[in-house]
Formats: sequence, structure tokens, C-alpha cells
Amino acid sequence: MIASLSLILLCQLAGEVFVRALALPMPGPVIGLMLLLVLLVARDRFAVLARGPLQGDGVESASRGLLANLSLLFVPAGVGVVQKLDLVAEHGIAFLGVLAVSVLVTLLVTVATFLLASRLMAQGRKPP
Amino acid sequence: MNENPFSLWVYLSQSPLLWLTVTLLVYAITDAVSLKTRRHPLANPVLHSMWIIGAFLLLTGTSYTTYFGGAQFVHFLLGPATVALAVPLYENRKVVASAILPMLVALAAGSVTAVASVVLLAEAAGLPRAVTLSMAPKSVTAGVAMGISESLHADPSLTAVAVILTGIMGAIVVTPLMNRMGITDFRARGFAVGIAAHGIGTARAFQVDEVAGVFAGIAMSLNALVTSLLVPVAVTFLVR
Repeated sequence: MIASLSLILLCQLAGEVFVRALALPMPGPVIGLMLLLVLLVARDRFAVLARGPLQGDGVESASRGLLANLSLLFVPAGVGVVQKLDLVAEHGIAFLGVLAVSVLVTLLVTVATFLLASRLMAQGRKPP
Repeated sequence: MNENPFSLWVYLSQSPLLWLTVTLLVYAITDAVSLKTRRHPLANPVLHSMWIIGAFLLLTGTSYTTYFGGAQFVHFLLGPATVALAVPLYENRKVVASAILPMLVALAAGSVTAVASVVLLAEAAGLPRAVTLSMAPKSVTAGVAMGISESLHADPSLTAVAVILTGIMGAIVVTPLMNRMGITDFRARGFAVGIAAHGIGTARAFQVDEVAGVFAGIAMSLNALVTSLLVPVAVTFLVR
């Protein structure tokens, strides 16, 4: 458990260092994600790596535990919004309306593009 | 017995213990309600936890800084949870690998739409320029969005508000919207909510379906990258 958490933190730390050293415009944890993914895939290739948290579902179960309560982690930031409702009130209903319409449009465009592309791909694969 | 209950309150309200307990307790209750209603979109635990705790802070006259002293331990876990997304990604790698092309196309279309639609709509609604700029990166995760907002000399705290509200709206609307449209491909549904509503949408996707959650996590990560490159360009073209 502790070893698994340490591995996750270590990946994040490496990601933060990497992003800051190269001044990349992306969050450090995303690099950490890729690093952990590479480790998991490498473990299946090379038996040497299958030790500590990388063996017997160690880091997997710790990660599932974290992700099972992903919603909880947004609560502190969400409470910050409640404290800043005056900012929203200042710009009124237009602010909320613009966000709501933009979310709807983005959802629809993304899902439609995804489905269209995967259908075209499936057709392309079929022999003529 | 303590002779002065007020001094007890002064002590407790300044310690991280009280606010961490409040955060976990309120979430445990709202999450139990959400489970009871079989994850009804309107019973979103983030939405209800935030207003209940927010109201409690207002009633007790507690500052957000004091609250965050306790809540930061929960907030901190956002980073490790992002790294942990590697595990479901690894377990579903075959499904993901076979959908690389649709993902890249949908990423391009989705991130351009997320930025362009909010900028154009805000202009049409006559919102001030500073507000429009603050809203532009609203579909990416808060940390990245605030960084973008700062680099545009906009208002990062207004950006944070727009980001959270966008996430909540996306998480509430995605399930009924996709069901009504008859879309049953959970890869596409997850990917869309990850692009439109970042982490809060991803959390919702994991509640509905694991494959949807995996695709939402990928979409969120890629969108953070693309949007930080896209917003400065979009702003020069779209904002007058």
C-alpha cells in the first residue's frame, strides 16, 4: 500500500521535474501518468521489473482506490467557487448561459466526430 | 466541561481537523445519496457537497483560506489521482489502441469547439473583454486553465469559477443528453465528456462505465495540452 502510493507520488514528482525543467505547457501529473503506463507495460515485457508495488496488483489496487472517489477530490476547489459567487452575479445570467451552451455544443461536436471517424475507419478496413 | 464553548470553536475552526472532517463527512453523505438514486445526474456529489460546505462556511463566517487549511489534504490527491489514471488506461489498452484515430480527430474538433464556442458566445452576449478571456480555457483542468488565464492577463479566479461550473454542467448533462441521442458507444461518450468537462466530467464517466472513464481521462489529458497551445491563437483571431 505505502510502496504503491510512493510509486505513484514518485511518477508525479518525476513528471513535475520534467515539465518544469523544460518549461512545458502541460501539467506534471500527465507526464507522471505516461511514466506509470510505461512502467506497467515494461513490467509485462521484462520480469525483472515485476517486484515491489509492480507485482501482484499492488499499484493497480492503490490506483483503483484513488479513482473510486475521484469526485471527492474536486470538492475543495468547488467550495472556492461558492465563495466567489459575487463574481458570477456581477456578470449575471449571460455568464452561466454562455458556459452551458458551450458545454452542450462541445459534447455534441466531440461525440459526433468520434463516431463518424470510427465508422469511416471500420468501413476502410473492410475488403472492397 | 469547557466553560467557554466559544474558545473551543475558535480552536477547532482554526485546525485542519475540523475542515477535513467536514469535507469527508459531507461528501460521504452526498455520495451515499447519489448511490441511493442510482447515480442520478442531478444527485452529483461534487455539486451538493460544494454548496452545503459553502453555506456552512458562510454561516460560521469562516474564510476559504481557513477551510482550505484542512481541505488541502484532499485537494492534494488530485495529482496522484491523475497519475493513477494510468492503471485503467493500461487495463483497457487494447480498446484504446484500436481507437487512436477517432480520438485524435475528435480531440482536434472538440478542443477547437470548446474554445471557439465560448469566445464567440461571450462576444455575442456582450460580456466584457476581460471576462471573455477568462472564460476561454474553461474546458481544461483548473490548474492548467488558470495558468493560461494568467498568461493572457485575464482573471485566474474567474477562470477557476468558469472551469468548475463547466465541469459540473457537463457532468450533469452528459448522461441524459447521450441517452436521448441514442449514443451507446461508451468510448465516444467518455471522450466527449473528458474534452468538454475535464476532471469532474471524468469522475462522472467513471461512475457510469469504466471504458467511458478511461476515454474521458485520455481526453482530459490531451485537451489540457492542446488547449494551452490553442487559446492564445484563438484569442488573437476571435476577440476584437
